Amino acid sequence: MSTLASFQHGLAETDAIALRGLSHDYGDRPALRDVSICIAPGESLVVLGPNGAGKTTLLRILATLLRPSAGEAEVLGASLPKQAWRARGKIGFLGHEPLLYRELTVAENLAFHARLHGLERGADRARELLEQLGIRGYAGERVGELSAGTRQRAAVCRALLHDPELLLLDEPEAHLDPRAAGLAEPLIGAGAERTRVLVTHDPEAGLAQADAVLLLRRNGSVAHAGPASELSAADLDEAYSR
Amino acid sequence: MRAFRAIVAKDLRVELRTLESVPAMALFAVTAFILFRYGLDRENLAGSLAAGVLLVTILFAAVLAINRVFVAEREQGGFEAIRLAPVDGTSLYAAKVVVLIVYLAILELIAVPVFAIFFLDEWSGLGPLCAVLALADLGLAVTGVLVSSIAVSSRSRDLLGPLILLPLAVPLMIAAAGAAAPLLAAGGPEYADFGRWLAVLALYDMTFLLIGYAVYDFLLED
Repeated sequence: MSTLASFQHGLAETDAIALRGLSHDYGDRPALRDVSICIAPGESLVVLGPNGAGKTTLLRILATLLRPSAGEAEVLGASLPKQAWRARGKIGFLGHEPLLYRELTVAENLAFHARLHGLERGADRARELLEQLGIRGYAGERVGELSAGTRQRAAVCRALLHDPELLLLDEPEAHLDPRAAGLAEPLIGAGAERTRVLVTHDPEAGLAQADAVLLLRRNGSVAHAGPASELSAADLDEAYSR
Repeated sequence: MRAFRAIVAKDLRVELRTLESVPAMALFAVTAFILFRYGLDRENLAGSLAAGVLLVTILFAAVLAINRVFVAEREQGGFEAIRLAPVDGTSLYAAKVVVLIVYLAILELIAVPVFAIFFLDEWSGLGPLCAVLALADLGLAVTGVLVSSIAVSSRSRDLLGPLILLPLAVPLMIAAAGAAAPLLAAGGPEYADFGRWLAVLALYDMTFLLIGYAVYDFLLED
């Protein structure tokens, strides 16, 4: 079922992500309000909105790291939060933190993650990713001693190590120079042939690779949820100006 | 088991590189013995006083490690990384218990000989004392990891951890002191009630081990 049909008819069996009335509060403060959207496998959802709109909160719910306060979330066929264990291991999460131990080297960190995910050829996979991202020479360096850009590239390796079906990317190009961003693009960009949810502060670049767009207002409510082609400049202006 | 082994190896490697926990525990214990020696103005201790000085010093030294056992997980995203993997939360619990036991064993390899040199005229009770310390270490580790998991998310974790742990450790300390005091008697080790106190220690360990096993997944999720 296409994304557009999914929006109109609700959850289909083949949806990679299906959200209905999803909300999250931090104490008395609502962070996300009544989000509904469905994404088919292989599609890219781009999440836009001003600071504090709940973009990262949404990503953490999809990553099974946060329980929604209300509504339904189904990710890769697992109903969250009850069936979170079914989705784990199939998700690659690249957030603001690299999720790498500072005192360990890049190679040791990747070996640790490979063992957590039960990868039999983890070392080979790690070498391959380090090569693709141009940081094989840093494999023996401690993460705490790396520049922010190199650390982010190592984090991309960590997120892709187990070949996830779903990529959750929170400003993945933060700290990356154009060359590094170019190396990461085939792995995490629109051509990655994975379902992706991308949080970005760059609407133009985001929309260029989006099948669907979720535009959030500062109060966490939805300004637009649907195909990228239906998003208007007025929607963007309204969401960012409020 | 793969996740358990990975977490244990990772923690021990990090400790070897940073030397944040074990050296601080050992230094604390040795300093405490020096303070006891001059504070009590005694050149030898025996019985319940000797057991109390040794066990309370180990307990407070353990608090130093317990406060730090999840700091890397909290500050460097280890909790998230482990929850993103298809890993049972109890693997993390078991791994941290083993890591704490290793720290405590190394501490005792240093602290017990120093304690004996400072305070004991009679060393023959040190052999059976190892059994008491092993059970006490397991008890401290199973409760310490639980408490640390709860406290680590709090901004005042350095205060909250000991505040929760110390009352929970009272039965453990009573049983360990009950078992250790006759072993450190002035005239040589006595074994009256030794088995009974060891059984109490084992019961304490088993109780908190089962509680940890039962609740840890929920603790990790929330």
